[in-house]
Amino acid sequence: MPHVGLTHFLVISSILFSLGLYAVIVRKNAILVLMGIELMLNSANINFVAFAHFGRFGLDGQMMALFVIVLAAAEAAIALAIVLNIYKTFLHINVDEVDKLKE
Amino acid sequence: MELYDIIFYFFAAMILVSGFVVVGSKNIVYSAYSLLFVLIGIAAFYILLGADFLGVVQLMVYVGGILILLLFGIMLTNKVKGVEIKSDSNFVIPSLITIAVFTAFLLFIITETNWQETTPEFVQTTVKSLGIELIQNYSLVFEILAVVLLIALIGAATLARNDNKEN
Repeated sequence: MPHVGLTHFLVISSILFSLGLYAVIVRKNAILVLMGIELMLNSANINFVAFAHFGRFGLDGQMMALFVIVLAAAEAAIALAIVLNIYKTFLHINVDEVDKLKE
Repeated sequence: MELYDIIFYFFAAMILVSGFVVVGSKNIVYSAYSLLFVLIGIAAFYILLGADFLGVVQLMVYVGGILILLLFGIMLTNKVKGVEIKSDSNFVIPSLITIAVFTAFLLFIITETNWQETTPEFVQTTVKSLGIELIQNYSLVFEILAVVLLIALIGAATLARNDNKEN
């Protein structure tokens, strides 16, 4: 096996991105869709940090990853509040059956 | 094979296996707990890539915050007393084909590109330099993020509030 370099990290992150995309497209449960979004954000973060490490770009990549983590936290809080409201209205959270904004 | 490579392959295997469980498991609680291992593996990747502060932030924010939020969401939106903690899928075959093609395309690009790698240098710790960077070059982004987090907090609390109009 070759020495671990930039390509290894990029391969792992692209596979992780595809898994997240699969969860977003295929799964019905809204919380699983959220988990897919988290996977995709994390894979983008791995790319940022890997390029910053192997390309000598200084700390900019790590800063971007930090901002992505902060925005992901805000997004998760808002999205879960919305999911709770959907559950209150429809008594399920299957995203393919939620096609009205109110009852 | 150096120790660095062994650690990398260990955590890569952990991320991939738990990632497949997250996506494929019928039981949402299993998915959430597998997401825990994915996030821990990614924190280990950050530390392998010389971003120690980011690894710690990943553990604290993702594992300690977002994952707990997701678990709360699962437990509040399922009939826990019954056996109803399951989730179906739709359009499995077409999306599997599309995503396989997409992944193959991505992997082809990544492996064929001649990346201009420099030999990485490991600094002692990134905490101090990240803090200086955050206050000097990124101070506007820092302030805006603070406001965004405040708005998200207020918005989430307002959205999830239980206003008992019928009572």
